[in-house]
Amino acid sequence: MQINDEEVLHIAKLARLKLKDDELENYKKNLQEILDFADTINHVNTDNIGETIGINENYNVFRKDEIHQENNREELLKNAPSQDEGMFRIPKVIN
Amino acid sequence: MPREDYETVIGLEVHCELSTKTKIFCSCPTEFGGEPNTHCCPICMAMPGTLPVLNEKVVEYAVKAGLATNCKIAQNSKNDRKNYFYPDLPKAYQISQYDMPLCYEGKVEIDAENGEKKTIRITRIHIEEDAGKLNHDEYGRGSFVDLNRAGVPLIEVVSEPDLRSAEEAESYLRKLKAIFEYIQVSDCKMQEGSLRADVNVSVRKKGTTEFGTRTEMKNMNSFRSIVRAIKYEADRQIEEIENGNKITQETLRWDDISGKTFPMRDKEDAQDYRYFPDPDLVAIKLSDEYIENIKKELPELPEIKKARYIKDFELSEKAANFVTSSKYYSDIFDVATEKSNNPKAVSNWLMSDIARILNEKEEEADKIPFTGEDLGELVQLIDKGTISNSIGKKVLDELFENPKSPSKIIEEKGWVQISDEGAIKEVVLRIIENNPQSVADYKAGKDKAVGFLVGQAMKETKGKANPQMLNQMFIEELKK
Repeated sequence: MQINDEEVLHIAKLARLKLKDDELENYKKNLQEILDFADTINHVNTDNIGETIGINENYNVFRKDEIHQENNREELLKNAPSQDEGMFRIPKVIN
Repeated sequence: MPREDYETVIGLEVHCELSTKTKIFCSCPTEFGGEPNTHCCPICMAMPGTLPVLNEKVVEYAVKAGLATNCKIAQNSKNDRKNYFYPDLPKAYQISQYDMPLCYEGKVEIDAENGEKKTIRITRIHIEEDAGKLNHDEYGRGSFVDLNRAGVPLIEVVSEPDLRSAEEAESYLRKLKAIFEYIQVSDCKMQEGSLRADVNVSVRKKGTTEFGTRTEMKNMNSFRSIVRAIKYEADRQIEEIENGNKITQETLRWDDISGKTFPMRDKEDAQDYRYFPDPDLVAIKLSDEYIENIKKELPELPEIKKARYIKDFELSEKAANFVTSSKYYSDIFDVATEKSNNPKAVSNWLMSDIARILNEKEEEADKIPFTGEDLGELVQLIDKGTISNSIGKKVLDELFENPKSPSKIIEEKGWVQISDEGAIKEVVLRIIENNPQSVADYKAGKDKAVGFLVGQAMKETKGKANPQMLNQMFIEELKK
């Protein structure tokens, strides 16, 4: 699979990245390498191998529905660049 | 081409918050409200290095919801990441389900406008996490993120585009709400956002089978807005088509105040969620036995309850339909009927006065502030003749404003019905003296005049006189 400029720009846009013109080529090359690497798996012979869900054979890892309330808001907000009244303060989001 | 030559096609994506005690992937409480960011932990705040673990009750509740809506249950299922940036979504992806939902191919029956039953197909039900809440202040200082709701479990119920009018959409949504209330997987409180819908609307010429281009309105959380928005949007689309324009597929925002829809997202910003399996979570595999056990535990569903009410209590189809339309109604009905042994009176109160008051307040049945016990007592007090029906209505108003036991209300307000013969006779004689014209009318053969006199007596006693006794005594006195 070959990646083109348009796709790189689309991915950059989704990731909220602004690419300079001279960066495009570099990203395209890097992404192509990743795709080529991942493509290896397409060449593995999977005859007689059943369908799997997920990355390992483990399943049904569940938790009981029991409350553990930590109540450490101060701690949780500690690294926020800006906060107010117990909330993260962010640039105004226009609806 | 006239309006009648078009039909509206509606599909709903209903989001329903599950009433588990804890969030879907961490042990924080799901309780509504609370000080901002106090129902949070490093997991639901998306701190680096944290890992989600699925709440077993979420799977159970979703399977319950699937079985109650006649879905097939997937034995193999998984969670996927839906990627998008928005400040209420701290991980920048929502854990949801993409190609292997827990439940699929279901259906519910609704009452269509022509009085017939109509089947609405359910495409799928999947589990996912809710986002947080953004608060804005008036001074433009920014937006404020509260993540108490982030990670609250949701089921999303996707219908096929089988709905053909705003009324059918409302009826379908009410049916889902009733079912989920009955099986107790959600409290379905629309005002608190625990039930909300994305509404897809398109129009097409009657007789055609191809779908028109649809628009979507997200996060609608009242029946009234949904009905208004569908009607407005269908009319708007028809007008566009009639004017020779094309409908653009887009997300719209419904504005309740102006009663119009507006484009919401930048059209260039086409959605591309890049779903992929969440590598932090493992597969969900459900055995036949697990599914069978949940099936066995399902409580009586609204349709079955309705049939039982008609059979056991001789309620009319209409009354039984109404009472079973919400678990909040039928719970009150059950308790009040048990207490008063008068199911018809109880259903009448629910259908007429209680529904009217809720309607005036623009509230749903979950907001009824008094108990079935209270309503049962009210019916009893009327049946025993302690209070009249019209005082009963005043007691009901009081129950809504300041709920306490009806016998206490009438005692405090001095509303006990006057059934003392001497006291009633006094009133009757006075009314007769003051209304010679009505007396003359009665004597001239106009029996209706008694009704007027009884009305006057009720007015004078502020509704407290026993109306049957009044009626009887007026006739006796007038015949003298």
